[in-house]
Amino acid sequence: MPEISELTIGDVIAEKNFNLDRDSLVRYAGASGDFNPIHYRDDVAVSVGLPGVLAHGMLTMGLSIDPVVSWLGDAGKILEYGVRFTKPVVVPAKGRAVITVVAKVAELDPETKKVRIDLQTSFDGNNVLGKSQVWVQL
Amino acid sequence: MVNPNIQGKRYPRSAAYLVGREKIREFARATFASEESIDLAAAKASGHSDLVAPPTFPIVLQEFGLKLVIADPEAGLDFSRVVHGEQKFVFQRPIVAGDLLTSELSVASVKSLGGNHMVVFDTEIFDESNSLVCTAISTLVVRGEDA
Repeated sequence: MPEISELTIGDVIAEKNFNLDRDSLVRYAGASGDFNPIHYRDDVAVSVGLPGVLAHGMLTMGLSIDPVVSWLGDAGKILEYGVRFTKPVVVPAKGRAVITVVAKVAELDPETKKVRIDLQTSFDGNNVLGKSQVWVQL
Repeated sequence: MVNPNIQGKRYPRSAAYLVGREKIREFARATFASEESIDLAAAKASGHSDLVAPPTFPIVLQEFGLKLVIADPEAGLDFSRVVHGEQKFVFQRPIVAGDLLTSELSVASVKSLGGNHMVVFDTEIFDESNSLVCTAISTLVVRGEDA
């Protein structure tokens, strides 16, 4: 478990890449119960005007917090997690989409030992989540 | 689009949902969680009675409530025009395997914004003793007919 006294605002606590392919989207559809076909069928995605098959926003949100959970060593320390979905992640039929997550210390409350971690989740050079903030209890 | 009069509407409490250990593992792996995060001994060493669900797991319960809204003729929500705008989870305590949960969705607000509607749903998730475990807050953007 990290010590709050050893943290400084701006510290990068974790950075990780995730490779998403079509299998990842099908697996998430099954696990979450979200079977919207825009997440696995090119013809449906194109017919509703999308640039291609998209990753579930909730998959992007879900994987983005993994580096924070690993850093804490306990998912039970997460108090709050919120994001804004700003850009879609297009996942090709062949190959993969690489998502990069950087987690930084944004706010420290030594009294309550609560820490705010801000996440930057990017794909293809753009941030795909905005206002992505996690409150954790140290 | 969506009927603005559903602001404040509460939908019926869901059936009880038993959080399964292997369901947690399945969801965790699907969201690229580490194997350490779904290790039973590690969870117990951290003081939990069983595996802790990943932080975005309550989305599974939020979906039950949203299905009621989609099926509600009064709401008039055209799901084919819906884009997920924002999502937040606020925990009173972690969800662990073995929890028997129910959820209740209410419409916190409906706003018009440049031809679109923004609808905020609050889903409260309760345990068997009816204590609040988590609130899932979801903002959906319903695109207007010409948007």
